[in-house]
Amino acid sequence: MSAHASTSFDPRKHVGVLAERVTNVSSTDFPGYSPDEDFSWNLAKFKKRLRVQVKRLSSRSIEFDLIGVDASVANALRRILIAEVPAVAVEYVYVWNNTSVMVDEVFSHRLGLLPLNIDPALMEMKASATDTATDRNTIVFKLQVSCTRNAHAPKDSIDPKQLFINSEVLSSHLEWVPQGEQADVFPQLPASTNPNIVLMKLRPGQEIDMELHAIKGVGKDHAKFSAVATASYRLLPQIFLNPTKPVPPHLAEKFAGCFSPGVIRVDPRTKEISIDDEKLRTDSVSREVLRHPEFEGCVQLGRVRDHFIFHIESEGAYEPQRLLLESTRVMRQKIADLKKAAEALMAVNVDDEDVSMADA
Amino acid sequence: MKGAEADLSAATYQIFNETHTLGNALRWMIMKNPKVEFCGYSAPHPSENLIQLRIQMYDGLSSLTALLTALSDLDSLFESIEKAYEASLRDDTYVRWDEKS
Repeated sequence: MSAHASTSFDPRKHVGVLAERVTNVSSTDFPGYSPDEDFSWNLAKFKKRLRVQVKRLSSRSIEFDLIGVDASVANALRRILIAEVPAVAVEYVYVWNNTSVMVDEVFSHRLGLLPLNIDPALMEMKASATDTATDRNTIVFKLQVSCTRNAHAPKDSIDPKQLFINSEVLSSHLEWVPQGEQADVFPQLPASTNPNIVLMKLRPGQEIDMELHAIKGVGKDHAKFSAVATASYRLLPQIFLNPTKPVPPHLAEKFAGCFSPGVIRVDPRTKEISIDDEKLRTDSVSREVLRHPEFEGCVQLGRVRDHFIFHIESEGAYEPQRLLLESTRVMRQKIADLKKAAEALMAVNVDDEDVSMADA
Repeated sequence: MKGAEADLSAATYQIFNETHTLGNALRWMIMKNPKVEFCGYSAPHPSENLIQLRIQMYDGLSSLTALLTALSDLDSLFESIEKAYEASLRDDTYVRWDEKS
């Protein structure tokens, strides 16, 4: 991080953050942009600058820094995470019986949104909506719940959970029905990642009996197939203090209060101001400091153009540390596909008319 | 597409089933080539699932070759990101914490 700590604003490296607008947004690292510099693609140079640092990891989320790439690359990874990394979700619901208060369609939609713990790599994608369901591309669940009165409920109870049995349909009520050789293929019992999701409430006499078919899909088809809960990045904030106009000692605490807690350190004795490089990444860049006329000229705000702080949350089958690799895998597959189509185009004789390659 | 030079020194390519995801990254990589005079892409209409990529070359060079080079380079870029990420997961010290779901 300290490799980035610069003392002054550089329009090449930084994006400026002003009170009501941002400056120097576009990258300018292209050949021909400035006369005596070579910006042409160089893998060795890129690798030297590239840094990926995992910062925080839990069972549900990961935070890492991706340094030295263009916004188009970081954005491609983010977009693929949301829309094109495959996931498994309930797609078909066959309702044999539903005497609950909820309409079939509404309940089916809810079932679709359930996060499942099935590793998409173990399944095949259906070629089309009319493709036959096989044990390779479909997971079957049974959902049979009926609500009855609890004969042993305490006399004066008014709590439905005590009065009735199965007063709530929970995600844990989904019962996997292995098809073909699935029982050997799936190491972990297919179920929802969270067993406590309330799907619907039932009262005595009401029951549901359904069969659910889960398939593999991608987020661009329906958000329920999105492999991530959230995937986002932000640029590393930068604060440039003006050495020629230091913050007056009596205003030091007020100055520090304009930033996120801990970002600005105030020397308890001299009231001198410094920036905590480790905490700097947590700054919200609220621009509060730019509202106060007494701090005018003391400070300049910016962000590092090629330092992306990624935050990815997973709610489904993927472990969070696996998601970025899935994203690059999808991207490289896209590149390979297009390359094949372009090579095929190279092989045919191109003249003025449109040429089309089926696989493109 | 129409508007291409016979020697492909300038041409527009229509790429089906692709979006800004590939379009912008590819445009950036093609622009990194000093032999490229111009490169731009557009997604003409949101209900058409395609992008159009325009490449114009200096010195009558082939834009198709530039496209192929850029694709290889982009692949090596993502490969090095993968490697750097895996190395960081393996070697770096990062905070592991317990998140309740």
